[in-house]
Amino acid sequence: MTVITPPEAAIVTVASAPRPAAFWRLKGFPLIPILILVFIALVAIFADVLAPYDPTIGSLARRFRPPFWQEGGSTAYLLGTDHVGRDVLSRLIYGARVSMVVGITAVLVAGGIGTLLGILSGYLGGWADQVVMRLTDTWLALPALTFAIFLAAIVGPSELNIILILGLVYWTRYARVIRGEVLSLKQREFVRLAIVAGCSSRTIMWRHILPNVINSAVVLATLMLGVVIVTEASLSFLGVGVPPPKPAWGLMMADGKKGLLVGYWWLTVFPGVCIMLMVLSANLLGDWLRVKLDPQLRQL
Amino acid sequence: MAGQTLLSLEHLSAHYVSQQGTRVVRAVDDVTISLGAGETLGIVGESGSGKTTLALTMMRLLPPAARIVAGRMMFEGEDLLKKSDEEMRKVRGKRIAMILQDPMASLNPLFSIGNQVAEPIRVHEGAASRTAWQRAIQLLKSVRIASPDTRVSQFPHEMSGGMRQRIVGAIGISCEPRLLIADEPTTSLDLTIQAQYLNLLRDLQREHGLALIFITHNLGIVAKMCDQLAVMYAGRVVEQGPVSRIFNAPTHPYTKALLGSIPRMTDGGERLTAIDGQPPDLSNLPAGCAFAPRCPAVTTRCRVEAPPEFVTEPGRSARCWLAEPMALRSSAA
Amino acid sequence: MKQYILRRVGYSLLSLFLLSLTIFLFVRVTGDPVALLTEPGASQEDIEAMHRQFGLDQPLWVQYWHFIASFITGDFGQSFYYRTPVLDLYFQRLPNSLILAAVAMALSLVIGIPSGILAAVRVDGFWDSAGKLFALLGLSLPQFWVGLVLILVFSVSLGWLPSSGSGSFLHILMPAFTLGWYFAAAHMRLTRSSMLEVMGSEYVKLARLKGLPEALVIGKHALKNALIPVITLAGINLVVMINVAVIVETVFAWPGIGRLLYEGVTFRDFPVVQAVVVIGGSMIILVNLLIDILYALIDPRIRLES
Repeated sequence: MTVITPPEAAIVTVASAPRPAAFWRLKGFPLIPILILVFIALVAIFADVLAPYDPTIGSLARRFRPPFWQEGGSTAYLLGTDHVGRDVLSRLIYGARVSMVVGITAVLVAGGIGTLLGILSGYLGGWADQVVMRLTDTWLALPALTFAIFLAAIVGPSELNIILILGLVYWTRYARVIRGEVLSLKQREFVRLAIVAGCSSRTIMWRHILPNVINSAVVLATLMLGVVIVTEASLSFLGVGVPPPKPAWGLMMADGKKGLLVGYWWLTVFPGVCIMLMVLSANLLGDWLRVKLDPQLRQL
Repeated sequence: MAGQTLLSLEHLSAHYVSQQGTRVVRAVDDVTISLGAGETLGIVGESGSGKTTLALTMMRLLPPAARIVAGRMMFEGEDLLKKSDEEMRKVRGKRIAMILQDPMASLNPLFSIGNQVAEPIRVHEGAASRTAWQRAIQLLKSVRIASPDTRVSQFPHEMSGGMRQRIVGAIGISCEPRLLIADEPTTSLDLTIQAQYLNLLRDLQREHGLALIFITHNLGIVAKMCDQLAVMYAGRVVEQGPVSRIFNAPTHPYTKALLGSIPRMTDGGERLTAIDGQPPDLSNLPAGCAFAPRCPAVTTRCRVEAPPEFVTEPGRSARCWLAEPMALRSSAA
Repeated sequence: MKQYILRRVGYSLLSLFLLSLTIFLFVRVTGDPVALLTEPGASQEDIEAMHRQFGLDQPLWVQYWHFIASFITGDFGQSFYYRTPVLDLYFQRLPNSLILAAVAMALSLVIGIPSGILAAVRVDGFWDSAGKLFALLGLSLPQFWVGLVLILVFSVSLGWLPSSGSGSFLHILMPAFTLGWYFAAAHMRLTRSSMLEVMGSEYVKLARLKGLPEALVIGKHALKNALIPVITLAGINLVVMINVAVIVETVFAWPGIGRLLYEGVTFRDFPVVQAVVVIGGSMIILVNLLIDILYALIDPRIRLES
C-alpha cells in the first residue's frame, strides 16, 4: 500500500505525527525540585556549620541592616539583620531545620495514624469503618488551619505540640485515601486466598495489605509535605507556631511585616522565597510521583 | 440498483498513531466501497473490525490521535478529504448525517427535545427559532412520536428508549441529508421495538430518497434492510456486494463462518456465535491475510502474502486468494 | 427523594454532633479548661466560681450537655478582651468577611472558569500550560506570602493601594485577590477536568456530527453540563472562604471573622476562639447539606430517579 500525500491540512502522513510541545511537564523527571529539597535538607542538617552567627542572638546596634548589595549593608551580614539585630542568613539556615523537622515529622505522624486507621477501617469494615468515616467527614469539614489554630490555642505552642497538632489535623486525608485503596485491595486474589487459608486479620493487614498501600502512602506524604509546611508557616506567622526565639520562616515573616511599610523588604522576602521554594518543590515532586507511581491517585 | 453513485470511498486508510509515533493501529485499511443514491449498505463485522472508525472517517471526525493516511472520499462528485474544516462542518448534519448507538447518551440531558431537534435546522438553514421549532414538531410527527406538541418541550430523561432513538433519527433527517449513517441503531432497543424502528427508517428512506448505511454486527438487519453488504475484518473490507448474492453464495471464509453461525435469518436479535480464535491486534497484524490464523481454508500463501480485493462479478468482490481463480480483473479499481 | 433528603439531614446532624463533641473533648481533656475559660489574671474566687459555673466537677456528659445547650441558645460566652457577648461580636464582624468572600469568589470564578475552559479546549497548548502554572502557584503559595508581596509591590513600591483596613474598593482588591487565588486555582482545575470529561461525551460527539460550529458545541452543549460541579463547589467554597480568611484578614487588617480569630488567639480570649471554630465548622456542614438538597431538587435526573 503506497502512502499518498494529500494536500489538505487535515490529512498527515504517518511519519510526521506531531509531538506535543512540552518542555516543563509534570511528566518529566522533576530534577530541580528534588535538588532544591535535598539542598534544603542538607542546609538543615549542617546548619551549625553553615550559619555564620547564632540565630537567636542579636545586637540592637546592628538592627535593620540591609543585604550586602544595598547601601548600608555589609558582607558581614550577607542578607541583612532583623529588628533585634539578628543575622537574617543564619536565621534562614536554622529555619530550614525547623521547617524540615516539623514538616517531615508531622507528615510521618499524620501518615502513621492515617494509614493505620485507614487500613483498619477499610479492612475491618463494620462499625470501625463507620466511626472512622464519620469522624473524618466531620474533621475534614473544619478547615485545617482553623482547626490547628484552635488546638494551638488550647495546648500552647511548642515544637512538639505543633508537630502533634499538624499530625492530628492531617491524618484524616490519609485515612480516606488509604481506606479506598484497602477496599479495592480486599477484592484482589491474593487477599482472598489468605483469608481462605485461614490467616488472621492481623496477619493479613500486616503482611498483605500494608506493603501494598505503602506506595500510595509515600505519594501522599510528598503531597502533604507542601501543605503541612504552609500550615506550619501560617501558624508561625500568626504567632501560634514554633515559639521564638527559634527561627521559623513564618515567624520571620510576621516580624518582617512590621518593617515592610518602612522599606525593610528583606525581612519578608527572603524567608518567603525559602518557603515558596520548599513548598513548590514538594508539590511538584508529589504531583510527579502521583502520576508515575499510582494512576489510581490521579483523581486526588 | 439504479441511481448515480452518491458515495465512493477509494482505497481509504485511517491509522491511529501512538504519541511517540511508534505504534500504528491500522483501524481502516484500503477500504473501497461505493453506494448509489437511495441505496442501503450494511457494514458488518465484529467489534474492533473498524466499522465505527470507518463511519467517523467518513464524517472526518476522527479523534486527534488518528490520521487519514491515504485514499479519496467522493461524495456527490466532491472529494471530502479536500475540504477545509469549515466546509466539512457544513456537510455534516446537512448532507451526511449520522446517528449513534446509545440514544440516551447522545441527547444532552439539560436541553429540551425541541431545542436539540431544531438545532441543526437553525444552524444549517439559518431558520428562525420559531420556524425551526415548528419543523421540529413536524419531524417528531414523522418519526411517529405521539403528541409531538407536548413532547417537544420535554427532556430526554422523560422519554422511553424507543422514543429517544426515534428522536435521534429525527435529528438525523432534520436537514434532509442525502446520506444517513446509522451506527448500531438497534443495539440498545428492545426486540419488540427494533422491528418498528427499522420499518420507520425504511419509510423515511423512501419518503426522502435517503441513502442509508447500517453499521451493525447483526446479519438479520442486513437481510431485512440492505441492498448491499460490506464485510469488514481487521480494518479491511473482506467481501462486498449485493446482499442476496452474498447470502446465497459467500466467497470469503469469514463471511461463510458468519452466515453459517446463524440458525435462522429472520431472527433479528441474535448475536453472532463465536468463531474460533480471537480478533487480531490491529497494531500488530500478521504478515499475509489478517484472517489466516482463524481461517479453516488457509493455505501457506495466505500466511505469507495479503490478498488484494478480487472482483468476482460486476459489483462484487472478495479479498481472498480463493477468489483469485474467479477474478474478472487482477485487482479492484 | 424524600429518603435521600432525610438521610442527608441525618448525616449532617451526626457530623454536627461529632464536631461539638470533638471541640468539647479537646478543651476539657487536653487543655486546662479553667485556665482557658477564665480571664487571665482572675482571682481565686473567680476561678472557683468558674469551676462551679461550668460544672467542671460534674460527670463529662453533663458538662457536654451544658455545652451544647448554651450554644443552641446562642450563649457563646463573653469576650475577655472586648467585654461583650461573643455572639454579638461575631455578627458584627461577619458582614465584613462576607463582603471579602463575595469579592474573592467573584474574582476566582472570573479568572478560574474561563481559564479552565481554555485549558480544556486547547489541551497541552499554551493556555493549558499557563493555567497549570497559575494553578500550581495558587495552590502552593502561602497566603501570607502572596499578601505580603502584594503589599510590597502595590503599597510600598508603587503606592497605588492601601495596605490595610477597609472602607473603599481599593482596600478590598489585594485581600480579595490573595484570598481568591487559591480558589481560582481550584475552580480552574475542576472546570478543566469537568470540561474534558463532558467533551468526550456522546452528546458532544453528536453535536459535532450535526455539523454545529465548534463555538456552539463548546459554548452550549459542553459548558452547561460541565459547569454543574463547578458551581456546586463554588457554593461550598463561599462558606469555606469566610472561614479560612484568617491569614488574609490578619495581613491586611481586615475586620472580619478571621481577624477576630487572630485576636482571640493573640489576646488569649478563648471564648472567641471556641465560638469561631464551632460556628465555622457548623456553617460548612450546613452548607454542604444545603447544596445536596438543592441539587436533589433541581437536577431533573435525580428528581425522577428516586
